[in-house]
Amino acid sequence: MANRVPITVKVNGVERSAEVQPRTLLAHFLREDLGLTGTHIGCDTTQCGACTILVDGKSAKSCTLFAVQADGTDITTIEGIASDGELHPVQEGFWEEHGLQCGYCTPGMIMSAIHLLNENKSPSEQEIREGISGNFCRCTGYQHIVNAIKYAANKG
Amino acid sequence: MAIITPKMMGERVKRREDPRLIQGRATYVDDIKLPGMLHLAFRRSDIAHGIIKSIDVSAAQAMPGVELVITGAELKEFLPPMPIGTPFPSPDHYSVAVDRVRYQGEPVAVVVAADRYLARDAADAIEIEYEPLPAVIDPERAMTGEPAIIHEAFPNNLAVPYVPGGTGFDPVAGTVDNTAVDRSFAEADFVLSQRMLNQRLAPTAMEPRGVVAHYEPGKEHLTIWSSTQNPHILKTFVAALTGTPDNQVRAIAPEVGGGFGCKINIYGEDYVAAALSKKLGKPLKWIEDRSEAFQATIHGRDILAYVDIAAKNDGRVTGLKIKLIADIGAYNMILTAAIPTLTMLMLNGTYDIPAIRAELTEVFTNKMPTDAYRGAGRPEGAYFVERAMDMVARHLNMDPAEVKRKNFIKADQFPFATQMGAVYDSGDYEKTLDLALKNAKWEELKAERDRMRADGRIVGIGLSFYVEVCGLGPSASLPTGGWEYSSVTVERSGKITATTGASPHGQGNETTFSQMLSDQFGIPMNDITILHGDTGVVKQGIGTFGSRSQAVGGTALLKAGEKVKDKMARFAAAMLNPNEETDTSNMVFADGRISFKDAPGQSVAFSDVAAYAYVPVPLPAGMEPGLSDQAFFEPANNTYPYGAHIAMLEIDRETGEPRLLKMLAVDDAGTIINPLIVEGQLHGGLAQGIGQAMIEEVVYDEDGQLITGSFMDYAIPRATDFPWFELDKTVTPTPVNPLGAKGVGEAGTLGSTPCIVNAAVDALSPFGVKHIDMMLRPEK
Repeated sequence: MANRVPITVKVNGVERSAEVQPRTLLAHFLREDLGLTGTHIGCDTTQCGACTILVDGKSAKSCTLFAVQADGTDITTIEGIASDGELHPVQEGFWEEHGLQCGYCTPGMIMSAIHLLNENKSPSEQEIREGISGNFCRCTGYQHIVNAIKYAANKG
Repeated sequence: MAIITPKMMGERVKRREDPRLIQGRATYVDDIKLPGMLHLAFRRSDIAHGIIKSIDVSAAQAMPGVELVITGAELKEFLPPMPIGTPFPSPDHYSVAVDRVRYQGEPVAVVVAADRYLARDAADAIEIEYEPLPAVIDPERAMTGEPAIIHEAFPNNLAVPYVPGGTGFDPVAGTVDNTAVDRSFAEADFVLSQRMLNQRLAPTAMEPRGVVAHYEPGKEHLTIWSSTQNPHILKTFVAALTGTPDNQVRAIAPEVGGGFGCKINIYGEDYVAAALSKKLGKPLKWIEDRSEAFQATIHGRDILAYVDIAAKNDGRVTGLKIKLIADIGAYNMILTAAIPTLTMLMLNGTYDIPAIRAELTEVFTNKMPTDAYRGAGRPEGAYFVERAMDMVARHLNMDPAEVKRKNFIKADQFPFATQMGAVYDSGDYEKTLDLALKNAKWEELKAERDRMRADGRIVGIGLSFYVEVCGLGPSASLPTGGWEYSSVTVERSGKITATTGASPHGQGNETTFSQMLSDQFGIPMNDITILHGDTGVVKQGIGTFGSRSQAVGGTALLKAGEKVKDKMARFAAAMLNPNEETDTSNMVFADGRISFKDAPGQSVAFSDVAAYAYVPVPLPAGMEPGLSDQAFFEPANNTYPYGAHIAMLEIDRETGEPRLLKMLAVDDAGTIINPLIVEGQLHGGLAQGIGQAMIEEVVYDEDGQLITGSFMDYAIPRATDFPWFELDKTVTPTPVNPLGAKGVGEAGTLGSTPCIVNAAVDALSPFGVKHIDMMLRPEK
C-alpha cells in the first residue's frame, strides 16, 4: 500500500495537492484528508447519494470515484455553496420548507438539487422527484424536499 | 427597546437545528477524529449457522499497521455476554461469536489497525474454518425443532413458547378462561380466517451505526460517542459490561443521522470498541458500512398471524382470535422479545370487541435479530386488525367505513379499558373518520374508482383506522425506567440553557422545546439553548423512542421550567416590592419582563431578575441564590394517538406493477407544538409504511444467505414512489400529561400498510382475490 499518487484538485475554489493511495475513494479524500466532513457516506454501492458533490459542475457520487480520478477537476462540496455568509437559495429552501430531519442525506440532496436547477430553472413536481431520485432520504417522505427545491427555483 | 414575544407553541416555526445541517457543519460520529485514534474492523460470518473449527489470524497479525487481532474466545475472557432489556429468558449472546455462528454477518474476529482501509484488509486476511449446520429459516418449521436447534437450552427453537392474552386471561394466576371467546364465536353469523405475514424489514437509517471509544488510562475514564437514540442507557450498559464505574463513563450521541428504533440497541461493536479502548488505552473508531448495516443492524417486524374474526350479518364484530408467531432471529437484543407483546397489546384496535383471544410464540431462526423498528409491534397489530375488519366489510359487501363506525369505541367510553389490558386515554374516532371521508370525498372516490374500472383499469381504494400506544411509558412497562429528565437554567444574562434526556435524531426537539420555554418565560426563542445527547451535560435521561420525546420529555421540561419560574417570580417580587411579603402565584412573564398580573405597569426586566438572582444583595429571606432546577416526569399512563388513512392504488394490467395514486391521512396526536415538524414526522412515517406495503422486504435464502444485502436488492422508496400526501388533523388532547401531547413519530407507519393492502385487495377483488401479503409485488 506504499505507492502513492500525487493529485491536484480545486475544491471550493482552493487548489489542493496531495499524495493518495490509488484506491482512496474521493469521499474519503475529501473527508479525511481535507477535513470536509459535510460530504457523507451512506452506502457502498452508489445508490443513496449522501456523498453527492459537484465535479466540474455536474453532480457525482464521491463514494464511487477514486481520488485519483478527480485529479485536475474542479470540485464543489456542501461547504462551498454559501457565499459571504449568505446561504445558497437551495440551502435556504431546505430551511424554510423543513426539507430535512436528521440531516444526513441533506448535503448530497442539496448538491443534487443544485445540479437539477442548473439544468432546469423551473422544474415541475415530477421533474424534481426524478431529479432527486438518485438520493435517498429516510426521514422526510420527500414532500418537504420537493417544496424546498420549488422554493429555490422560485427564488433563482 | 421593548421585546415582543408572540406565542410560539402551535406555530410553524422553522427549525433551529437546520443551519449547521444544511451547511455540512454538523458533527456525526464519523466526523470525530482524536489524536492517535485507531480503527476497528469486524470479520463476520459468511455462513448462517455453523461451528467455528479454527481461526487463523497470523496473516492479519503480520500486516504492518495492525495493532491487534482478537477472536471471540479471547474477548470472552474480559467481555461478558450482552445484557438485554426485557425479563424474558435469553441465551448468552456475546459481542463476538465464541464457538458457533448463528446468523450471516455475526462478528467472529476483530482487527485494530492504523487506518480503516488497513483494518479491512487485515479482517479479510483472517482465515476461518466452519463446520456448517443446517440453517433454520422457516419459523413454523423451526418450532418443530427442524432442521436444527439453534440454542441448546431452547427446545424446538422456542424463544418464548407461549404467551396468552385477552379476554379471560388472568395475568396474576396465569390462567386462561375461554368461555367468553367461545361464546362470541358461537353467537356469530360467520367467521373469516386468514394467515397474514407482516414481513421482515431493514430500518435503514441513512447514517449507518458508528462508535468512537476513548479510554483514558490514569484518569480511568471512558468517553464513548455512538450514533444512538439513548446515550444514558448506552452509558449504563457499557459501564456494566466493561466493568467501568458508571460515574467514570460519559456517553455522547453527537448528531445522529436517523434511528427509527434501530439505534435504541447497544450492539456488540459498541461494547468491543469500549473494551478494546480500555485494554489498549487508545481511542478507537468503528464505522459500519451499508452491507454490514443490512446484515448486522437489527431488523424489524417479521410477525406471522393466523387471524379468525367472528361477526354478525349487520357488521358487528363479536370476537377475534389471533395466533402470532414472531420470527425474532438468532438472539435476543435489548427489546427483541418485548416488541411482539406490543402487537398483542394493540389487538383491540379502535373497536369495542366483546372477546379477544391472542396467543404469541417467539421463535429463533438463523437471521439477524429483530427489535424495535418505527412503530415496533404496533404497526403489526394495526395491520392484522385492519385487514380483518376489511375482510368483514368485504364479506358483507358493506362500506368499510360503516363497519368501523359500527364497532368503534365511542367518544363517551374513554378512558377505555381494552380486552388486551390497555387503558386508552382519550379519543373521538368518529370525528376523525368523518373528516378523513370528507377530505377524500369518499363517495366520489368510490364513483371515480368504478369509472376507472369501467375503462378497464385495475383500481382499488382502501381505508384504515389505527390506534397506537405512545409516550412510553410508565416505569412499570419499561425495564429501563419510563420517565424523562430535564433541567432548566436561567443564566446570569437572562438567557436560558435547558437540557433534555430525550436525545433527538431528527425530531427537532431543539426547536419545539425552545418554543415551549419561550412561551413559559416570555423571552425570545433565540435566547434559549437546548442541550442533549451527552451524559456529561444532561445528568440523567432515557432517550427518544416510542414517540415519547414530546409527551414525556416535553413534560419534564415544562416541569423543570415551572420550578425555575417559580423561584424567579420570587426574586422578581423581591425587586418590585422589597419590603413586602407578596403573592407570586400570579406573576406574568411576557415580552422579556416580569410583572404582577394586576399591576402590569409595575414590571422588571427578565435579564435584571436573572442578574439579581446570581448576586442577590440583599438575599430575600429563605431563598438560595441562582436559577437552576431539574425535573423527572413519570407518566401515569401511555398515550393513544389514532387516525384514519385512505389510499387509492392502481395495478398495471400488463405488468402487474402497483402504483399509489392517492394517500390521505387524518391523524390525532393530541396537542401539537409545531405543525411543520409534525407534518414532517407524518410524511416520514407514511413513507416507511408505504415502503413496507409496496417495495421493502428483507429476504434470506434457504441457506440463510441474506439476499437483500445492499441498496441494489433492498428497495427503499425514492421521491418518485409517492403521490402528494394529503394531511389533516383532529386534536384530542391526552389527560396523561399537562401538554396534552400524545406523540406522532410512528403514526404514519400504522395506518398506511393496511390501508394500501386493503386498496390492493379492493383492486383485485373482481378477480376473486381476498388477501395479498406485503410487499405488493406483481408475482404475487
